[in-house]
Amino acid sequence: MAKWMEQLGPESDIIISSRIRLARNVEEFPFPVALTKSKSKDLIKKVRDTILEGNTTLKNDFEVFELEEMPQLERQTLVEKYLISAALMDQSEKSAVLLNKDESVSIMVNEEDHIRIQCLLPGFQLTEAWDTADKIDDVLEESLKYTFDEELGYLTSCPTNVGTGIRASVMVHLPALTMTGYINRILQAASQIGLAVRGIYGEGTEFTGNIFQISNQLTLGRNEREIVANLKDVTLQIIQKERDARNTLLSSNRIQLEDRMYRSYGTLANARILSSQEFMKLLSDLRLAIDMKIIGGISMDVINQMMVMAQPAYLQKSAGKPLSVNERDIRRATIVREKLKNIT
Amino acid sequence: MICENCNKNTATVHVTKILNDKKTELHLCEQCAKQSEGVPFDTSFTINNFLTGLLDSIHDSPIKVDYIKTTKCDHCGMSYGKFKQLGRLGCSQCYNAFQEKLIPLIKRVQGSEVHTGKVPKRAGANILMKKEIKRLKTELEKAIRSEEFEKAAVLRDKIRETERQLHQDN
Repeated sequence: MAKWMEQLGPESDIIISSRIRLARNVEEFPFPVALTKSKSKDLIKKVRDTILEGNTTLKNDFEVFELEEMPQLERQTLVEKYLISAALMDQSEKSAVLLNKDESVSIMVNEEDHIRIQCLLPGFQLTEAWDTADKIDDVLEESLKYTFDEELGYLTSCPTNVGTGIRASVMVHLPALTMTGYINRILQAASQIGLAVRGIYGEGTEFTGNIFQISNQLTLGRNEREIVANLKDVTLQIIQKERDARNTLLSSNRIQLEDRMYRSYGTLANARILSSQEFMKLLSDLRLAIDMKIIGGISMDVINQMMVMAQPAYLQKSAGKPLSVNERDIRRATIVREKLKNIT
Repeated sequence: MICENCNKNTATVHVTKILNDKKTELHLCEQCAKQSEGVPFDTSFTINNFLTGLLDSIHDSPIKVDYIKTTKCDHCGMSYGKFKQLGRLGCSQCYNAFQEKLIPLIKRVQGSEVHTGKVPKRAGANILMKKEIKRLKTELEKAIRSEEFEKAAVLRDKIRETERQLHQDN
């Protein structure tokens, strides 16, 4: 289980997780898009040796996984836990990931860039995530020579990452802003100040379960701390707006709100078939009900765990066999029922 | 129309196959079409495509000159045409090879062309020194202009010392 699913961080009533990702490339190797399979293996070995054979404490904390040697369901589960990207999985024959024990750090090798350091923490912990990623970057840099240009900074395969190579993001749950319709204005404003808003599984995915991913778009011209601070400031404002909207809903429509939450809870606790769409919608209601202390006795980490356990690959992995869409919907309902039964 | 495969999503991809005079029709949703074999399907309109679409629209020249399409990166063999198609560069040398087009593009999407963030300690030691010299020189100019000659002398010595170090390292 990944750290962000197991523990709760600051502001966890709204911020599910915080993430920092650094893109780095190594000199003397073409970028992954132009890399042969044998060269890609050389690079994996280089990165692996730096971490696992080096003189730092990282050596006992990390384990390496070559994606080629993993069953497809395992790879997909890592994507569902946000530990690797879909792009890394799509080139399994060339890629690898180094994971630490509590699954808060993943070092992806041969994604779009040679190295992508990701630090993923529960709640609102952007600065902490940056500090960790920064340190790991320093360790890697001691034995790897990065592609770096005096003017342009870290050179990356796609010019949208050039410079700092940093992508800072927060995963936020904004049900009240969605219900009250303010969300569109906020999303618009965010994009005007250089932030991108996406669905929970990254670029091009839908907004499901009122969960949004907000990240910086620009990587050049500002330093890492400024980029992180900018996202932090905006996120703090969004948190405040969401809390205000929640209070407004509570004072103006309390009974309707409670009714909706208890109905969603009832369905989750009793349904025999749950599609992923319906599940995410109901889970958003339950998450909000817990945050607003309308429904008690359920801890938020259970909600985060259910969100991942109800994903297609995770369902099939836990069932120990491939499942059709219908079978998955049935299994999803069973798992959710059991999770909620254990609590109440 | 509902997708014939998953019976769930709306069918947005319609395929008509004629094989040995036999006509078959297939109506699929985007997801199923991607997984289905024999259906040529590529709607991967990514940020990369979008980005490279901007490449040639930067210089609003009335005459389109395509000579740069033949440019190749000597180091990895990536052609400019291929970069436009993929939206990804083949190696760090590509930044030099396609500089003429790439720098305006970077300036346009990033709003800047100068990195001010982290510098790798090892690979960037020289760079840090060069940046320091640049900074000292601006200070020196300022000091001279405001006739603070004592301060200027200190700065001058600092510059000489840093330049000597840089020289040694090389």
